[in-house]
Amino acid sequence: MKHLLGTKDLTKEEILTILDMAAPMKDIILREIKKVPTLRGKIIATLFYEPSTRTKNSFELAAKFMSADTVSISVATSAVQKGESLRDTVYTLEAMGVDAIVIRHSRNGAPHYLASFSKASIVNGGDGQNEHPSQALLDLFTIREHKGRIEGLKVLILGDIMHSRVAKSNIYALSKLGAEVIVSGPPTLIPEHVKEYAEVCYDVDAAIRKADVVNVLRLQLERQQAGLITSLQDYHATYGLTKERVAKGKDDLLILHPGPMNRGIEIDEEVAYSRQSVIQEQVSNGVAVRMAIYYLLLGGAQA
Amino acid sequence: MSELKRKAQVMDAEGVRRALARLAHEIVEKNQGAAEVILVGIRRRGIPLAQRLSKLIGSIEGTEPPVGELDITLYRDDLSTLGPNPIVHRTYIPKPVTDATVVLVDDVIYTGRTTRAAMDALFDLGRPRAVQLCVLIDRGHRELPIRPDFVGKNVPTSKKEVIEVHLEEIDGEDAVYIMEKQE
Repeated sequence: MKHLLGTKDLTKEEILTILDMAAPMKDIILREIKKVPTLRGKIIATLFYEPSTRTKNSFELAAKFMSADTVSISVATSAVQKGESLRDTVYTLEAMGVDAIVIRHSRNGAPHYLASFSKASIVNGGDGQNEHPSQALLDLFTIREHKGRIEGLKVLILGDIMHSRVAKSNIYALSKLGAEVIVSGPPTLIPEHVKEYAEVCYDVDAAIRKADVVNVLRLQLERQQAGLITSLQDYHATYGLTKERVAKGKDDLLILHPGPMNRGIEIDEEVAYSRQSVIQEQVSNGVAVRMAIYYLLLGGAQA
Repeated sequence: MSELKRKAQVMDAEGVRRALARLAHEIVEKNQGAAEVILVGIRRRGIPLAQRLSKLIGSIEGTEPPVGELDITLYRDDLSTLGPNPIVHRTYIPKPVTDATVVLVDDVIYTGRTTRAAMDALFDLGRPRAVQLCVLIDRGHRELPIRPDFVGKNVPTSKKEVIEVHLEEIDGEDAVYIMEKQE
């Protein structure tokens, strides 16, 4: 594997390899000495054109646990402010000897563009409304840890499907592994073509009742100017994961949320911190999965 | 990769059994019992060997020492020359290694690099009181200052040769062969 651009391009076997590798990586972050020497001498850069706390820190921590050195470029303080192009920024990083670049960008396909000319490995840390593969992989890892499998599970993805790169990466990966994907949310936020991959169920209560797992998406407040939802109160009442809705679902319904949460909008606080919620665990699993990704991209001989 | 051809058999099932029985006695003798001992098998063939040694020590001492499994992939110094990403397995040691006597168990010692990686991996898990090394076959050609404490059999080899250890649990038979690389 040279780059990680999206789960759409991964095979079932590649996804399973990443999930399998993440288990020994998780053991490393649970022990006292959280470091292995595997990527000593490698340099990993994070290049974030959009704000992020957990993803950026998770990628950086994962690099450090593997003994790679890290360079972090935040757009606000970099030469990007002086008008440096994406291409020139990547050439600059390459000239510094960077082996992998984790990029987050508001434009769909920005990582694919970098991969078309960069000598370094490119990792998609989220591109526009396209994909966020590492988030989907950590979601799958978390689901598999709790349910023992992915195949045959009914996984509900709830909320703003249209704007969500997390939803897309999850839908591709889950369907490759044989899960039954259900999507639910406001009809204005569910694109028509999602039906190729998932069952669309506009009745949220019915969708929750049949689900083994629910992945609640963040309502992207910054992308809601277009009048696609009526009000936040309405959204909560009609589509929010409330205590009442969870009570009517399966007793072992597993609850995920990619963060950051809008409490009281797409998810209730009691639900987010309930026994069925694995939202905190997703964060630590994220580091393990990203270590596995680095290992697969940079660990062996370059083909 | 060049083909390997079987050149000679250096141990059969009986030979392996006798060697392990002696190694078990030597481990007990050197450690004055086995109460503080953890046997840690280096993946892959070190693990069944460690399990067998534990049973044998149990039959001598009455209690079987705990057996751990060590995966050293992330500690190797030759990762970038090995080809694409060897699979990483989980490391599992049933009790804390700090203050224990750890006997590392492997099938073959050659350059010593695997042992070095195993020691690095072990020390990231804690601080053992002592580390000893037990191997079924010592084939020579060390590249590091490492010497096993317990050896099943010394087999002088040339660098063109390869030692293949077969174990019932993995390969369906107990035997040790010298293989030769075909040009």
